[in-house]
Amino acid sequence: MANVFSNIGEWVTDRAPGLMPVYRKHMTEYYAPKNFNIWYYFGSLALLVLVNQIVTGIFLTMNYDPSASGAFDSVQYIMRDVEWGWLIRYMHTTGASLFFVVIYLHMFRGIIYGSYQKPRELVWLLGMLIFLVLMAEAFMGYVLPWGNMSFWGAKVIVSLFGTIPVIGKDLVEWIMGDFLPADATLNRFFALHVIALPLVLLLLVVLHLAALHEVGSNNPDGVDVKHGPKGNRWDPTKPADGIPFHPYYTVKDLVGVGLFLAIAAFIIFFQPTFGGWFLEHDNSIPANNLVTPAQIKPVWYFTAFYAIVRMIPSALGTAVWGVLGMFGAIVLLFLMPWIDAGKVRSIRYRGTGFKVALTLFVLAFFGLMLIGTDSTAELIPMFFGANVDVTAIENLFGRVMVLIYFGFFVFLWLYTHLGWEKTKPVPERVTTHD
Amino acid sequence: MANEVVDLGRRRFLTTTTSVVGGVGVVAAVVPFIKSWEPSARAKAAGAPVTQSLKKIESGQQLIVAWRSLPVFIVNRTPSQLDALPKQDSRLVDPGSNGASADQQPKYAQNQTRSIKPEWLVMVGICTHLGCVPNYVGEMKPEPFDPNWQGGYYCPCHHSRYDMAGRVYQGVPAPKNMVIPPYHFVDDTTVQIGVDPQGAA
Repeated sequence: MANVFSNIGEWVTDRAPGLMPVYRKHMTEYYAPKNFNIWYYFGSLALLVLVNQIVTGIFLTMNYDPSASGAFDSVQYIMRDVEWGWLIRYMHTTGASLFFVVIYLHMFRGIIYGSYQKPRELVWLLGMLIFLVLMAEAFMGYVLPWGNMSFWGAKVIVSLFGTIPVIGKDLVEWIMGDFLPADATLNRFFALHVIALPLVLLLLVVLHLAALHEVGSNNPDGVDVKHGPKGNRWDPTKPADGIPFHPYYTVKDLVGVGLFLAIAAFIIFFQPTFGGWFLEHDNSIPANNLVTPAQIKPVWYFTAFYAIVRMIPSALGTAVWGVLGMFGAIVLLFLMPWIDAGKVRSIRYRGTGFKVALTLFVLAFFGLMLIGTDSTAELIPMFFGANVDVTAIENLFGRVMVLIYFGFFVFLWLYTHLGWEKTKPVPERVTTHD
Repeated sequence: MANEVVDLGRRRFLTTTTSVVGGVGVVAAVVPFIKSWEPSARAKAAGAPVTQSLKKIESGQQLIVAWRSLPVFIVNRTPSQLDALPKQDSRLVDPGSNGASADQQPKYAQNQTRSIKPEWLVMVGICTHLGCVPNYVGEMKPEPFDPNWQGGYYCPCHHSRYDMAGRVYQGVPAPKNMVIPPYHFVDDTTVQIGVDPQGAA
């Protein structure tokens, strides 16, 4: 029997001699720094969630009806009548939220350890593109159940393009294929959600990993193991502080996978709506083009960006400023490799200014999320009494948060380009080498 | 028949012209796909006028009717709501609807009450920010979003506020007053939405 397999292996190798070298380059002979910590779980977890979304998504399409008249009922049908349909849908909806948890943590890892800095700019840019496509993918998936939140979410997000001067109104009609979200809108969002964007996403993920493997992984010390001493147990010419990705990090990642799946299973089985955070109650009401839900807000992962739209008032007869602010908040992240001219990568050796600014940035992000989730509307009367002008306080708080968010990038540029940063000495090798 | 001398100029010309012609072909082939996203003939056809009786709308009440699938607010404004309108002017973006909002209503509704008859407000209930339907908050009492509220509209999506004539307040995301559709009174108690008054168009 073993003979049969080795014969097949030889047969394939004879005809495709390039396959094994590719496997070795990316797995058994990809030498990653040996000092990865907990922050390095989230890349492989993102890959796991992507696979989950694709598999559960394929099975959902088998029973989903992408028409304005049938979509809402078909989702109820999946939940009630299809064998195990509820599990598959909850895996998909929980996966969507956890995707953003994992991606946000993955991005934060990149910021604290300077993984976007030279020579990994391309890795960062491809990653940011993945984030952008993921946001479009999540938004369109959110529209598909055709509940009332789906409908009004679609209306608002598509209307963002309507604030563009001159072409805005026509552009909105072009995107919706009607004068408001309708059958045509749902149909094309379905096509984009299940075919177009997943293909783009997969391509970008392959490029993201290929670009990473060209330059090699960063690590919590931010030192380049490629430039350190050579020679390890497997290869005298490879970095002394590197270990083969497989089996060492595949096994480590499996521990993360186990823990992650336990958390995900708990949510799916016991808290599938997560108290209205992963699945909103108002979306259990069918779409109604005449009534906007009384409390409308996006799902949690968009709330920080949504709050920026809400906090910036109109000026000069156009609402485009809030939209520019929101897209600007994402564009600035794209530009991180050029905004930050820091001499060291890891937060372990960076100046105090960077640490303070990053802390404020994270607080501002959470502050904006508080506004976007309408938590401030409940918290402000608790702190300041019932008779205060909630909107005025919320606007003041929110606008300060917006200033801090954008201020982080301005400060980081000045701090590193003008040489204000006082860094600590960076070690020659990763600190945990033996 | 081997030609030893390569004519580089000729090669460049052929490469360029081939690329240009091919590029034009690709662009032309993309057009149908882009155009296929525009509203279909069926979507465009669904835009007939709507006729509505006003008999059962009490003073201070709002009725929502669908016109071109858009919500149209028909409000029977109270005298006190009408009295409050001029007092809001200083807090509004464009109280006269002749600045940024000059195109948001037909000429015959470009007045203080933004209507043909002062008490009857007929308005497309779509927030000018990002297209939500604002809530009708007609009572004049302190609200969490405005302690000095004089009745009007409050958008749940991004908290834009309008007065009882759909005129937008300052300091909110919405830039313009809400749209007044073309409409006319068929008789004293019937309004038709989607058609201008005779002679006004």
